[in-house]
Amino acid sequence: MVDKRRLHTLVVLVENKAGVLARVAGLFARRGFNIESLAVAPSADPRISRITLATAATPLDQVIKQLDKLINVVSIRELQPEDSVERELLVATVRAFPETRSQVMDLVRIFDARVLNVGHDKLMVSLSGGPNRVDDFESLLEPFGIVELQRTGKVALPRLASAGGEVGEF
Amino acid sequence: MEMNGGQALMQSLEREGVEIIFGLPGGAILPVYDPLLESSIRHVLVRHEQGAGHMAQGFAQATGKPGVAMVTSGPGATNIVTPLCDAHMDSVPIVVITGQVPYAAIGTDAFQECDTTGITMAVTKHNFLVTEASDIPQVIHNAFHIATTGRPGPVLVDIPKCVVDPRNPRSKLEWYEPEGPDLPGYNPQTAPDADAVAAAGRLICEARRPVIYSGGGILKSRASEALLAFAEMVQIPVVTTLMNRGGFPDDHPLCLGMPGMHGNYTAVTAMQRSDLLITLGARFDDRVTGKVDAFAPDAKVIHVDIDSAELGKVRVPEVGIAADCRKAIEALTAAVAALGGRDAQPDRREWMSTIAGWKERYPLTYDQDLQGDVIKPQYVIEELRDATPDDTIVCAGVGQHQMWASQFWSFNHPNTWINSGGLGTMGYAVPASIGAKAGCPDRMVWAIDGDGCFQMTAQELVTAATERLPVKVAILNNAFLGMVRQWQELFYGERYSEVHLTESLPDYRGWAESMGCEAMRITAPAEVRPAIEKANEINDRPVVIEFRVDPEENVYPMVPAGASNDDIVLSPDHLG
Repeated sequence: MVDKRRLHTLVVLVENKAGVLARVAGLFARRGFNIESLAVAPSADPRISRITLATAATPLDQVIKQLDKLINVVSIRELQPEDSVERELLVATVRAFPETRSQVMDLVRIFDARVLNVGHDKLMVSLSGGPNRVDDFESLLEPFGIVELQRTGKVALPRLASAGGEVGEF
Repeated sequence: MEMNGGQALMQSLEREGVEIIFGLPGGAILPVYDPLLESSIRHVLVRHEQGAGHMAQGFAQATGKPGVAMVTSGPGATNIVTPLCDAHMDSVPIVVITGQVPYAAIGTDAFQECDTTGITMAVTKHNFLVTEASDIPQVIHNAFHIATTGRPGPVLVDIPKCVVDPRNPRSKLEWYEPEGPDLPGYNPQTAPDADAVAAAGRLICEARRPVIYSGGGILKSRASEALLAFAEMVQIPVVTTLMNRGGFPDDHPLCLGMPGMHGNYTAVTAMQRSDLLITLGARFDDRVTGKVDAFAPDAKVIHVDIDSAELGKVRVPEVGIAADCRKAIEALTAAVAALGGRDAQPDRREWMSTIAGWKERYPLTYDQDLQGDVIKPQYVIEELRDATPDDTIVCAGVGQHQMWASQFWSFNHPNTWINSGGLGTMGYAVPASIGAKAGCPDRMVWAIDGDGCFQMTAQELVTAATERLPVKVAILNNAFLGMVRQWQELFYGERYSEVHLTESLPDYRGWAESMGCEAMRITAPAEVRPAIEKANEINDRPVVIEFRVDPEENVYPMVPAGASNDDIVLSPDHLG
């Protein structure tokens, strides 16, 4: 497990062209940098895709400079956790027998998660939130028995106002 | 004007100023070879696609202009992967056009299909897969722009057959002139930061034991004259790495020659003892630094490189300047001049006299018995050097002969030394020399090759003979994979494993003659000079001279791999 405190979040804007993700992933592989999580989708400008990736690779400066050498990379920005809003989505199928179902539902309520699908002895739940909150939810679900789990990798945008400003986090 | 993709490709290449293409046709690239018949561009038909790539590199390294190669899909493309990787490592601007199966057949494992852009992604500066004929003019312009600007490098353009085949409606396009590169993510910065230059200027004026560590970026940015002016103003000695031999003249009093694993004692030790390394277009390669932690331990570092990722990659500089080398040197020269120029330099007489002492005590040596019957390989190189014009272009393969050539030749002009530095590609010399000759037909071009290297790419001498590119080749035949033999002798207890080639098999003279070359075999020291002089007189066909040289000669000095440069091993001749 990577120490999450050492993870850096990079927002990489790339040209929305075939093979660009392979170029980014290939660069990380051949330079020996590890990608912890990755999210990719077109941005508001359809010619540009936005890649949000988390990496513990060091030195970060090398990662950024090597990425910048890729012709299709338009810009790279590191987002500091305190200056950004991060979100991740978790979808999990959890064992929920009649005697434990209400405890699972308690967790769902406490975390403001959702139930997506219900089976005889399983629940499929989802939570979107900051990575720490999603981590907590996952570890509290574990004792019930996680059958399948998928996390998306985080996406992030810069915070609109600094902490203590008038714009709150929702 | 309406035309097809193949015509557009030719017109695009002409528009980029391409005068020569090294290539070999095949199924997928066939439609492009048809409009080639009407083009002003000369095509050199190679015997193996690897040769086309190395010829494009040799052309580029000799002329400073981008080299162009064109091959077919599948095996044509895979055969040119080595030159792409070589050009990527040594920052050589080449553009490679590959044919591809028709777009509809991509992904179906069609005949001679391979994922060329996928395979070459890691060994090119960039590559393109053309999907529409109308993209061709813009993509070719982008390709040349990327290859030749910033840190130069290889660019590959993969073109499916359907977009160039006139029988296919997909190949139709309306010709247009690209208005400029269309690359939103590519904007190389070439101007040096003024504050960094000023800081570097101050370090230079404080340094007691400075050395200029000059690399291939000098040649790429055409900075030789700027470097000479700078070095002369500050009177600081210059080492020239394997990639910058000739970028600063060997016959200049400030030149210390080549540093590194097989560098001379003075160049290696001056860097080790220096208090300031003024690094210009070099990248702290492991063959230069030896053990990085022990490299130049007292030196502050100024590092100029056009590729900002090189700054701090191996050694963290005190001052990093991401800029074109020539612009940075000119700015440094102005900054130091503003501080007082030569008058602002501290008293360095002790440093200069220490260096002069090393030069005197530890010259490069070898022991040639002129009356004997054993030819030392270094002797051949010195005779070649002395019997050829000062601006002769020298190409080398990789191994002992390459190191001896770099050590014993005297390079006094930029772009006269062409070799495979980073990738270390055996077989580079013959095709690279042909490319150099094609680019500089009025210059004498010698390939200095090993017998192992020669056997890898010799067939291109057929190309040289057919295309009237009269290169000259000196084979230093020691009947061994010599550098590997040397390592087995020194580091594997003389346990020789798979390094012996046979002295007389192949028959190099007969082989060269069969390829249309004049050929000679030289076995005695007294025959060396006359053979070279005879070769120099032949200009209507390639010449190959096989020199039977001492099989047990080693390259010295040597810093063992992974050792500190302080542990440099001198030639045993020094002990005598």
